[in-house]
Amino acid sequence: MSQPQENQLASIADCRRDFPALHQQVHGHPLAFLDSAASAQQPESVIEAVARYQQRDHANVHRGVYTLSHRATEAYEGARDKIRSFINAANRREVILTSGTTESINLVAQSYCRPLLQPGDEILITHMEHHANIVPWQLVCEQTGAVVVAAPINDAGELDIDAFDQLLSERTRLVAVAHVSNALGTVNPVEELISRAQARDIPVLLDGAQGVPHMSVDVRALGCDFYAFSAHKMFGPTGTGVLFGKEALLEDMPPYQGGGDMILEVSFDGTTYNELPYKFEAGTPNISGVIGLGAAIDYLLSVGMDNVAQHETQLLDYMMQQLGDIDGMRLIGTAGSKASVQSFLVDDIHPHDLGTILDHQGVAIRTGHHCAMPVMDYFGVPGTARASVALYNNRGDIDQLVDAIRKAQQIFS
Amino acid sequence: MNAIDINHDGELRDLYRELILDHARNPRHFHKIDDATHTAEGINPLCGDKLRLYAKVDGDVITEASFEGSGCAISVASASLMTDLVTGLSVHRALGCFAEITGRLTNPDHHVGQDIGVNLDKLRALDGVRDYPSRVKCATLAWHALNSAVTGQSQPVSTE
Repeated sequence: MSQPQENQLASIADCRRDFPALHQQVHGHPLAFLDSAASAQQPESVIEAVARYQQRDHANVHRGVYTLSHRATEAYEGARDKIRSFINAANRREVILTSGTTESINLVAQSYCRPLLQPGDEILITHMEHHANIVPWQLVCEQTGAVVVAAPINDAGELDIDAFDQLLSERTRLVAVAHVSNALGTVNPVEELISRAQARDIPVLLDGAQGVPHMSVDVRALGCDFYAFSAHKMFGPTGTGVLFGKEALLEDMPPYQGGGDMILEVSFDGTTYNELPYKFEAGTPNISGVIGLGAAIDYLLSVGMDNVAQHETQLLDYMMQQLGDIDGMRLIGTAGSKASVQSFLVDDIHPHDLGTILDHQGVAIRTGHHCAMPVMDYFGVPGTARASVALYNNRGDIDQLVDAIRKAQQIFS
Repeated sequence: MNAIDINHDGELRDLYRELILDHARNPRHFHKIDDATHTAEGINPLCGDKLRLYAKVDGDVITEASFEGSGCAISVASASLMTDLVTGLSVHRALGCFAEITGRLTNPDHHVGQDIGVNLDKLRALDGVRDYPSRVKCATLAWHALNSAVTGQSQPVSTE
């Protein structure tokens, strides 16, 4: 390995210091936090940005003529500009602020799909989607008579691209695919999927909740039509997220919710909607959350997304290898291209029992179906244990995980 | 491999007592009753525990109780212990046990209510879950299913 890379990785190792929550003991052990795929911890800079806003600058945005409202609006809209730049959207009108990935996807289902769908039309998803990228489509299909079609996966947890291709039909109105699977860690070949769909003029939504925290995302290079993600999985606060949409599509879509801020003029004869992006942002938004997201982006940029990706890839490889060395280990999700996540089962220990015993060793992992029940059905398991790494994890966390699993095996032996 | 002394981890041992592990590994009454008079499904969506409870009631007496399904060690052991305990009890007494057990596991200030005339000492093995709020639902799942079965509720019960 070359010297500069060593330096970069050294600076990544320092990241851990920036996250106050990681420096505590749980049940007498140092916390090994391996559940960032559910929600990531926040660096000091995000916590401080939110606190500073709450202490000094809080006022409603886009409304007041006084100083605090100006400051709040500036910070809020400044965050939108950071998001635009971070994902390389063409302009800020394409950055809709939502409550999270779930709302972003529901917005597309109700505002883009619902007016368009006819009985028999199809939404093409995959078998590895999170419930947030399944249920909104089922709802809009119930409303319109359209159907949800799921492309199959294989035993490694990879999408069957040929089957996907064959399922793209005359009736497909939208493709909605995870950038990275939350249950399996699979990185989908989204460029390939997008080019196949768009060759048939079918727009593509990417569920980027597990993509953005782990790799550099450029929506223009990807060419996707919609990209949805959440702040709290990328070291920002909960309750905040983003929908990127191509401007031409967003322009033609009706508002998702009615209320304040999304209008230009209201009378009882009719209402004129506000311009993008405000047309889709009814009501007082999560101002502090968005400011926190802006600070999280600053933080990620200071570390460098390529450094993050490199560090996590090495750590995930190490984790898969260490877990794989445990007798009785079944790794679920062994795709060729993966990020952050490893699901597994050990002996016949139920994941929930494993989770409790690991917690006792200071190791925090997720157990259960990971809001991806079709994935669990595919592998014939009620749930799995899942460890996920983020930029602040290190090999010590993985070693602690492995020791704790061995202890669980002893208890259940 | 690191030296691990599980005997020094009292809290964990308190949750995963030998009796619990034994019933989890070898659950009693783990089968279907074809001519059950009462049945109910119990679901704990948090961890995917899912069991179906069967009871055969003759007059007012539970002559047989059993279960099928999959779940964590706590939920399987609890169902196993429960079906053992309620076999031969009147429905009234079984419901008294349900109230006593759920009270004991969910309410830290719980005091033994009226004497229900059933020795519940064996179920003390489950007391360890009180320190694990997310696991109490596992321990009470079978009891909720029993309550639902014998009181004739048709909807699956969920401890979520």
